[in-house]
Amino acid sequence: MFNRIFAIAKKEMRQLKRDTRMLFIVFFFPVVLLAIFGYAINFDVHHIKIAVYDQDRSEYTRDYVSGLISSEYFDLVTYIDNDDQIKKILDEKIVQVVVVFPKDLSRKLLSKQEVKIQFLVDGVDGTSANVIQNYVNAATFSYSLQLTKEYLAVTGKQFYVPIDLQPRFWFNPDLQSTRFLIPGLMGMILIITAVISISLSIVREKERGTIEQINVSPLSSIEFILGKTIPYIVISLINATIVLLAGYILFDIVIKGNIFLLLLGTFAFLFAALSLGVFISTISDSQQVAFQAANVTSLLPSLILSGFIFPIESMPVAIQILTNITPAKFYIVILRAILLRGAGISAFWDQLIYLGIFGIIFIALATVVDKKSKNK
Amino acid sequence: MNAIEVNNLTKEFGKFTAVDNVNFNVKQGEIFGFLGANGAGKSTTIRMLIGILEPTSGDALVSGYSIKNQSDLVKKNIGYMSQKFSLYNDLTVVENIRFFAGIYGLDGKKYEERKKWVLKVANLENMENVMTSSLPGGIKQRLALGTAVIHEPKIVFLDEPTSGVDPISRRNFWDLINELSEGGTTILVTTHYLDEAEFCNDIILINAGKLIAQGNAKALKTNYIKNPILEIESDRVVDSLEILEKEKWVGETSIFGNYIHVILNDSTINEQHIYQLLQEKNGIAVKRVKKITPTLEDVFIHLIEKDSKKNVQ
Repeated sequence: MFNRIFAIAKKEMRQLKRDTRMLFIVFFFPVVLLAIFGYAINFDVHHIKIAVYDQDRSEYTRDYVSGLISSEYFDLVTYIDNDDQIKKILDEKIVQVVVVFPKDLSRKLLSKQEVKIQFLVDGVDGTSANVIQNYVNAATFSYSLQLTKEYLAVTGKQFYVPIDLQPRFWFNPDLQSTRFLIPGLMGMILIITAVISISLSIVREKERGTIEQINVSPLSSIEFILGKTIPYIVISLINATIVLLAGYILFDIVIKGNIFLLLLGTFAFLFAALSLGVFISTISDSQQVAFQAANVTSLLPSLILSGFIFPIESMPVAIQILTNITPAKFYIVILRAILLRGAGISAFWDQLIYLGIFGIIFIALATVVDKKSKNK
Repeated sequence: MNAIEVNNLTKEFGKFTAVDNVNFNVKQGEIFGFLGANGAGKSTTIRMLIGILEPTSGDALVSGYSIKNQSDLVKKNIGYMSQKFSLYNDLTVVENIRFFAGIYGLDGKKYEERKKWVLKVANLENMENVMTSSLPGGIKQRLALGTAVIHEPKIVFLDEPTSGVDPISRRNFWDLINELSEGGTTILVTTHYLDEAEFCNDIILINAGKLIAQGNAKALKTNYIKNPILEIESDRVVDSLEILEKEKWVGETSIFGNYIHVILNDSTINEQHIYQLLQEKNGIAVKRVKKITPTLEDVFIHLIEKDSKKNVQ
C-alpha cells in the first residue's frame, strides 16, 4: 500500500518539477502576497502631514506644536499665514490637518480664559480622520493638564486627578496591525496554494485522460488521494516556514507558543483545505473551472470572511454563520493564539475539531459526487 | 474455462439503453474482436468489464471474478489501454514505466526485468530518458501497451488502440498483440478497421447496444449473407448505382471505390443481366461483373442496415 502511495507521490513531484506555471503559483504567489499584504495593508496611521496657522506666535503655541510633532504621528510640513491658504493646502492634499491658533491665545491663557484651537481635518478617509481626532484629543488633553499643573503650582495648590486611566495592550503592545495580519496572511496563503494545487493536479489527470489508467489499476481512491496530497503537504509546510521566517525578518514576529502545537494546527488545517481541494476536483472537468472554483472558495472567503482583516464579531449574524465556509477562519484563531499569545491547546482545541469536521464533510461530499460520476 | 463470460449485461443512462442485454464468451488466450459503429456501446461495455462502470443489470466474470462484486480482483488481473494512450507526457519514458510498475507494486528484480521488456517492445532501448511528449505516435502507443501490461495481466482490454496511427505502426502494433496472444494472454480489442478484425479469432458486432452477430471471420462471411453478391466495375459508378437500385431483384448496394457490391434478392440473376441492364439499356460501359464471397465489410453493412431498419419499425 505504501509503495503505491509513494509511486504516486514521486510521480507528482517529478511532474511538478517540470511544471513552471504550477511552481510559480505554489512558491512565488505566497511571497508576493506576503509582501503586498504585509506592507500595503496597514491600518496604523503614522506621519500625518500637518500645517500650522499660528496667529499668536507665542511660547504656548510653539510648545503645543512641538508636543504634537514629537510623536511619530504628525509631521510638520509648513507654516501658513493667511486664511486663503488653508483651503488651498487641504484641496491639494499637501497636508491632512491644519491647526489654527487664534490671535489672542496667549493673552486669554494668561488671563485664565478658555481658549479654542481649531483643527481642520481632511475627512474624506473617515478611518484616518477618526484616528487623527483621537491623537489630537490626547495631545491637547496632556498639554492642558500640563498647563493646569503649572498654574496650580504657582498658586501653591496640590494637583489632584481623581481617576487615572492606564491602558496596557497585551500581546501586541504597540498595536501594530501587521502583528494582527500575519497569522491571517499565513492562513490565506496556505489555503490558496493547498486548494488550488491539489484540485488542479487531480483535474489535470481527468482532462488528459490519465486518470482512466489509474481507475483501472488496483489503486484505491484513498491511496490515490494520499499519494497526490503528500507532495502538497510538504510544499504547504515549506510555505508556512517561508511566511513565518518572513514574518520574523520583515515584521519582527516571533512564535510565542509551542511549535509542535503550531504543526498540529497546521496539519488539521491542511486536512480541511486539501479535502476542499479534492471536492473541487470532483465537480470540475477542466483546469480552468477548477482554478476558478478554487479561487472563489479559498481566496475570497479567506480574505473577507475569515476574520483575517474584518473582525467576525462585528458582522451581522447571518454573515457570521456564513464565515464557517472557510477553514481559514478556524486556523487564524489557532495561529493568533499560538503566534501572538503563546497560548496552549486549551485556547483552541475546539477549532481543531471544527477543522476536522470541515475536512470530513468535504471528503464525504467528494466521495458521493465521485460515485455518482462513475455511473455516467 | 472462459477468460470472460458476459451474462445479460445491460447499462442504462436514464432512459437511454447503451448496452442492451449482451451475452458473449471470450476463450482463454484468444484475440477477440469487438466491433461496432461509434456510439454502438463498445466503450460502455469495456468500461463495465474493466470495473470502472457499474452495470444496471446482468453481470460478467472476468478471469473468474464478478465485475459487480469483485471489481478489485478484476482490476488486479487485467490490463487496459485506450485510444488516448494514458501516458504522462511530462514524464520521461523510464519515469512512466517506473510509475506504472509502482502502482502495480512491482519492484526490485521483477521491475528491472519488466522495464527491459517494455523498452524492448517499444523500441526504446537506450532512450529511456527521452520525454514522452517527444515520441512519435506509433512508438508512444507501443509504450502505452507495454506499460498497460507491465504487471503481466492474464487479460488485456484494448479500446480502439490503433485509431489515428499510420498503417505501418498499425501493422507493428498488431505484431505486438499477436506476440502477447502467443504468450497466452487473452486480448479483447475494439476497432474500426475491418482488416484488423480479420486477425481476430472471434468477433462480435454490436449495434445500438445489442449484439447482432458473432463468430469467426469465416463464419460471419458465410452465415450471415446467404444471397449471392455481385461486384460490378463500371465507368459511371453513381449512375449505375441509381439504375440498379430501381430493380426489384437488387437488395443492398454499397460502393467500394470503382466497384459496386450488390446483394441479390433473386439468385437466378447472373452476370448477364447486369450487362444487359447497364450496357445495353443505359449505355454505361461495364468493365467487369464477378460473383464474390462477401467481405466483412459487406457483412457488417448488411447486418447493421437490417438491424437499423428493424429498430425503426
